[in-house]
Amino acid sequence: MIEFQDICKRYRVARREPGFGNAVKSLFNREYDIVNAIDHISFTINEGEMVGYIGPNGAGKSTTIKILSGILTPDSGSCVVNGQVPWRDRKEYVRQIGVVFGQRSQLWWDIPVIDSFELLQAVYSISVPAYRNKLEELTQLLHLEELLKTPTRQLSLGQRMRCEIAASLLHDPRLLFLDEPTIGLDAVSKIAVRGFIKKMNEEHRTTVILTTHDMQDIEAIARRVILIGRGQKLMDGTLEDLRLTSESVGSEGQSQETDIDHIIAGLYAKLNIV
Amino acid sequence: MKKYICFFKLRFATGMQYRMATVTALTTQLIWGLMECLAYRAIAEASGGKMPMDYSSIVTYIWLKEGLLVLFNTWAADNDLFAMITDGGIAYELCRPLSIYSMWFSRTVGARIAEAFMRCVPVLFCAFLLMPKAYRMTLPVSGVSFLLFLLTVFLALGITVTFCMIVYMLCFFTISPQGWRMVLTGAVDFLSGNVIPLPFFPKKYLFLLELSPFAYMQNVPFRIYSGDLMGGDVYLCILKQIFWLAVLMLLGIALWKKAEKRVALQGG
Repeated sequence: MIEFQDICKRYRVARREPGFGNAVKSLFNREYDIVNAIDHISFTINEGEMVGYIGPNGAGKSTTIKILSGILTPDSGSCVVNGQVPWRDRKEYVRQIGVVFGQRSQLWWDIPVIDSFELLQAVYSISVPAYRNKLEELTQLLHLEELLKTPTRQLSLGQRMRCEIAASLLHDPRLLFLDEPTIGLDAVSKIAVRGFIKKMNEEHRTTVILTTHDMQDIEAIARRVILIGRGQKLMDGTLEDLRLTSESVGSEGQSQETDIDHIIAGLYAKLNIV
Repeated sequence: MKKYICFFKLRFATGMQYRMATVTALTTQLIWGLMECLAYRAIAEASGGKMPMDYSSIVTYIWLKEGLLVLFNTWAADNDLFAMITDGGIAYELCRPLSIYSMWFSRTVGARIAEAFMRCVPVLFCAFLLMPKAYRMTLPVSGVSFLLFLLTVFLALGITVTFCMIVYMLCFFTISPQGWRMVLTGAVDFLSGNVIPLPFFPKKYLFLLELSPFAYMQNVPFRIYSGDLMGGDVYLCILKQIFWLAVLMLLGIALWKKAEKRVALQGG
């Protein structure tokens, strides 16, 4: 379903020393650094899989999601999703994917959520019965009844995120990319979101890739974990593999930690990728 | 097509969400319009009636300008779009099975028509009926000129929006929208006849101005309505409007194609 082959993406980042003098200097002579956001990453994901994509901040997780969504064009490498190259024919490609960016909003700020949904219905040309069914299903699973008539600006973060996820699924995508869907949510909302994602996967065989810093998300959802750091893939396996890796990298059984966050933090430190 | 109408409807709904904003804007426009009428009256009296447009045409021009302000001003470009470009919110826009250009174009047209609709009715109502007699707006000179007025309003709106689209696209290259906006929108405001009607410009400059797209924005429909622009000139203007609409649109699309390749998403 997804073939991600040897992809590289570099960013040019403007850098300068602090202070006013240097700010003036940089007007004339600007120095750039090249940052390898993704450095020869490859993986394959099959239909119906749920994959957790983890790594410290700045590891290249969001960049990967953006490449998979057709938003960014990589510098080199090839990527084929369902027989299509995401960035080549973006308009056609995006019909089959749903994307949630946890830190951004796709709902119109000033008007009730349902109006945003109806716009999406038109944008994706969803037929009326299909739209009704999907909306009903999502409303039930995510408990949206109360929220649909409220303007987005008056929703709490957890309520909004549930609406955001629903918005990304209205057109019944086969693939769902979630970029930190549980960021900033309270325990109840987190559990609701996790349960929902699992259910979508079970019932519709939706392929899910999610990035997160919350290891409990991974424990709850993902059978497979891809760990990246500094733009490189470091591990690809189950959560159990991750624990084992952590132990083998560590020297003389340091890892007596059982808490998953500590295991991961230890692993990041040992791999020197933070 | 349905999708684009939906953008239009949504902007309409957004526009109606805030009632107070509409009411206050209305008051400002009525007072501003009346002030302009008085200013031109003073000019008319000082110049002994020798003006490039007759006084009732000017009054009508002023009220049309106030009534349709949001259709043609460029300084009120869609702030959400600028924000999307600078903070990376465009990520979601790029996940839609639509071209960014057509999506934003219909969104901007929708927003403008929706807001103009809500504002022009009360402004024109006051301008026709409530103003002191000397400052009242007049009916169009003829049925034909009214139809031509409607046609040129749409063309002028198209030119204004394609121009705004170019400003949006330029922001992909500079990140901060402030510079482009200040220079371009300020200039257009003046050159399109929003500050003073174009016939008041010195002939020499007017000639140059008529070689630019700016003379074919609001200037054309407002002057057709009041009969200041008549005969063969009208059709020539319509042709030039179509020409500029096509040129600006192609330029905007070309800029977008270039921007699309180098889109960088700001803010993680």
